[in-house]
Amino acid sequence: MSKYTEEQLEKELKDKEYEYGFYTDIKSDKIPIGLSEEVIRIISAKKNEPQWMLDWRLESYRIFMQMEEPDWSNVKYDKPDLQSISYYSAPNSKPKYDSLDEVDPELLETFKKLGISLDEQKKLAGVAMDIVVDSVSVATTFKETLAEKGIIFCPISEAIQEHPELVKKYLGTVIPQKDNYYAALNSAVFSDGSFCYIPKGVKCPMELSTYFRINEGGTGQFERTLVIADEGSYVSYLEGCTAPSRDENQLHAACVELIALDDAEIKYSTVQNWYPGNSEGKGGVFNFVTKRGLCEKNSKISWTQVETGSAVTWKYPSCILKGDNSVGEFYSIAVTNNYQQADTGTKMIHLGKNTKSTIISKGISAGKSQNSYRGLVKVGSRATNARNFSQCDSLLMGNECGAHTFPYIENSNSTSKIEHEATTSKIGEDQIFYCNQRGIDTEKAIALIVNGFSKEVLNKLPMEFAVEAQKLLEISLEGSVG
Amino acid sequence: MSFKDHILSSFIALENEVDTSSYVHELRNQAIGEFEKLGVPQRKEEAYKYTSLKALFNKDYCLFPKKETAISYSDIKKYLVHQIDSYRVIFIDGIYSSHLSQTTHDKFDVCLMSSALSNPKYSNVIKEFYNKLAVKDGLVSLNTAFAKEGAYIHIGKNIIVEKPIEIVYFSTGNEAQLMTQPRNLVVVGENSQVQIIERHQSLNDNAVLTNSVSEIFAAKRALVDWYKIQNDRLSASLIDHTFAEQKDNSEVRIHTFSFGGKITRNNLNFYQRGEHCNSVLNGVTILEGKQHVDHSTLVHHTAPNCESFQEYKQIFDERAVGVFNGKVLVDKIAQKINAYQQNNNILISDTATINAKPQLEIFADDVRCSHGCTIGQLDEDAMFYMQARGIPKKEARALLMFAFANSVLETVKIPEIKTRITKLIAMKLGVEIGFDM
Repeated sequence: MSKYTEEQLEKELKDKEYEYGFYTDIKSDKIPIGLSEEVIRIISAKKNEPQWMLDWRLESYRIFMQMEEPDWSNVKYDKPDLQSISYYSAPNSKPKYDSLDEVDPELLETFKKLGISLDEQKKLAGVAMDIVVDSVSVATTFKETLAEKGIIFCPISEAIQEHPELVKKYLGTVIPQKDNYYAALNSAVFSDGSFCYIPKGVKCPMELSTYFRINEGGTGQFERTLVIADEGSYVSYLEGCTAPSRDENQLHAACVELIALDDAEIKYSTVQNWYPGNSEGKGGVFNFVTKRGLCEKNSKISWTQVETGSAVTWKYPSCILKGDNSVGEFYSIAVTNNYQQADTGTKMIHLGKNTKSTIISKGISAGKSQNSYRGLVKVGSRATNARNFSQCDSLLMGNECGAHTFPYIENSNSTSKIEHEATTSKIGEDQIFYCNQRGIDTEKAIALIVNGFSKEVLNKLPMEFAVEAQKLLEISLEGSVG
Repeated sequence: MSFKDHILSSFIALENEVDTSSYVHELRNQAIGEFEKLGVPQRKEEAYKYTSLKALFNKDYCLFPKKETAISYSDIKKYLVHQIDSYRVIFIDGIYSSHLSQTTHDKFDVCLMSSALSNPKYSNVIKEFYNKLAVKDGLVSLNTAFAKEGAYIHIGKNIIVEKPIEIVYFSTGNEAQLMTQPRNLVVVGENSQVQIIERHQSLNDNAVLTNSVSEIFAAKRALVDWYKIQNDRLSASLIDHTFAEQKDNSEVRIHTFSFGGKITRNNLNFYQRGEHCNSVLNGVTILEGKQHVDHSTLVHHTAPNCESFQEYKQIFDERAVGVFNGKVLVDKIAQKINAYQQNNNILISDTATINAKPQLEIFADDVRCSHGCTIGQLDEDAMFYMQARGIPKKEARALLMFAFANSVLETVKIPEIKTRITKLIAMKLGVEIGFDM
């Protein structure tokens, strides 16, 4: 990117900030550390929320207090101390660094490989450019274009103020407050997140995207995303995450709810590249996310995810296929290296007639990491002609990592067809040899083979994401040759 | 009195009766302590997620039935594979029946657990193998605490046992509610081969609960071929725990044919502790009514260059419930493993249920592990094809089901068993199929 554009962009971004005036120039706006009813009241008050929202949060808190942290997953970690986390942090205008020179060169190298522009690099590294910051959402681009079509795309805090009827109607309908420990926590303390509503019959003309970032040390991230696609509408939603190096474990417990009404389609893509901890397994982000979509008649929800980051990942983007003829899809690549642990998969719950679901999961484990696929396919007795196809492939690199598969299949309908297959293998020596012989060095050869292995999923990503994801795979597996 | 209290007080009664100086005495006391701690598995435990044992363990079972029950050969003939000459170890209500059995001490031992446990002649074998594989599980410990009787089979080196060994447990229903705890130990020496047929059968409709434990030790190059035939009445339930340990180049095959019983739970645990082992776990399940079968398998690969092969074909009608919970565990040092797991299911009615959980846990990189699980229906085109050629619907359906189960039936090495299973299937499907399978 040439210098001129860079300056201009910087200016533009500054203008934008002014234009929307998301936050006032305050220094780090943290509230006392810890979790209590008082803290929830403060969060709610800071956001100037209506009474019903506060009540909902407090109810969630009460539910949360009665729950215990689950431990059935195939991951090991020190449970985060929820009382030592600050539950709200507004953006701080003070930059972490004054110029890129001060930033960790390793991080910059990564950015370079990802092909991220200099401005974005600065943004991601926390250099003086306040665009994407912590829990408070950022100015969303192209707001006018969307507004013309009647599409609402805004921070959820804003939606609570301006579209309370929609939020009230749908919030917590797919992920109830009492769904699980971390969902209850999120419901009580969520700081912000995105809200998206696509009106009847509207095809969203662009990919909607948000960047979340964990910027401030010691801040738990509790985003809440709500996407509603009204009858006959279509939306493709991208969520990308990067986080700068940090030494202490950070907790991320988000909730994403998707609602696809009759004939609607939602495509939700995620690239997750949070700090995975260093090569000794120290630090890294805990990613405990609840993602679920509800499909009404003839609708479709498609989850695509590329998981390369986080020290511990624990998430299952799911589809409840309630309406007849609805379709659920799940495409996932989970890469773990060093001491990373991932327990991820999906749930497809077939309730309506002629419902279909497809699960393609590719797990790649290297180093000393553990990678698990855990999924549920459930066919209710009224889900006539339900169809499911699941494929879980695991690739092992090195003999100190592990790959695990825990598929649950529950069927009580005689007209349904369910297929599940899983394989575990390693990169063949002959494949590497073939590449070597043709002048491709081993590291490149592995990248090539991994890309081929993951192709079915990469193909499902929107263009710009696919490019980034491919490079991410390469970087994540760097140094795992041997 | 709760089941647990009943058990604990009965244990004291047992203690007074049996020899307290033996090696097993200590094991019994440990085991009852473990049972007291662990209790009967609950549904909230992952391993029993889909099978509730609640209905089984709320009864006041008789644990020590009366000694003598007269049963003649003609009463039980139809439950034996009588077309072939075999060694027989037959138990009536958990007590050995000498006039129905045919045992041997010639060259190798096919005899009783009770004598093996008390006779000093066997104490070395008992000390080396007895209860060495059984895991710490509530029900396994319960068995260890109460086990007095069962089959004891010890085959030395270089012996091919020329005829199969039939182990059959009958319950007469003399007690209204009977619980038996059979215990089998099979030790097969180097280069030896043995075939075993195991069956649990109740002779009338009084409630029976069998909590069985079998331990199999296969030394180098040994071959064990085991057939479990389960076609019991609706009043009978079986919880079976089978453990197999394999040394280099050994092969253990277990075939489970589940055609009846109220609740049947099969826990098969294989531990490969030598290179080039092969483990085969095959099963055919055909259920209807309100029957419930749970196959829970574990193959633990702890050494390199081994293979395991699992194939379960299951058909469920009416309100039957099937559970398949298969697990393949590959340790870090167990490279070059080839593990295969296949589970195919057919649901005939909308009220039947299948819950499957095929798991892989792999810590080694140079392995080939795959599993497949399908749930579907009979092929309508194939049905139409046969009906168009004058084959009635019922027969056409039966033919397709035979074809479905055939890959497992083909692995049966004793022709008489194959014929018998084929007949059982035909009976179940209400057809008369004359062809040999």
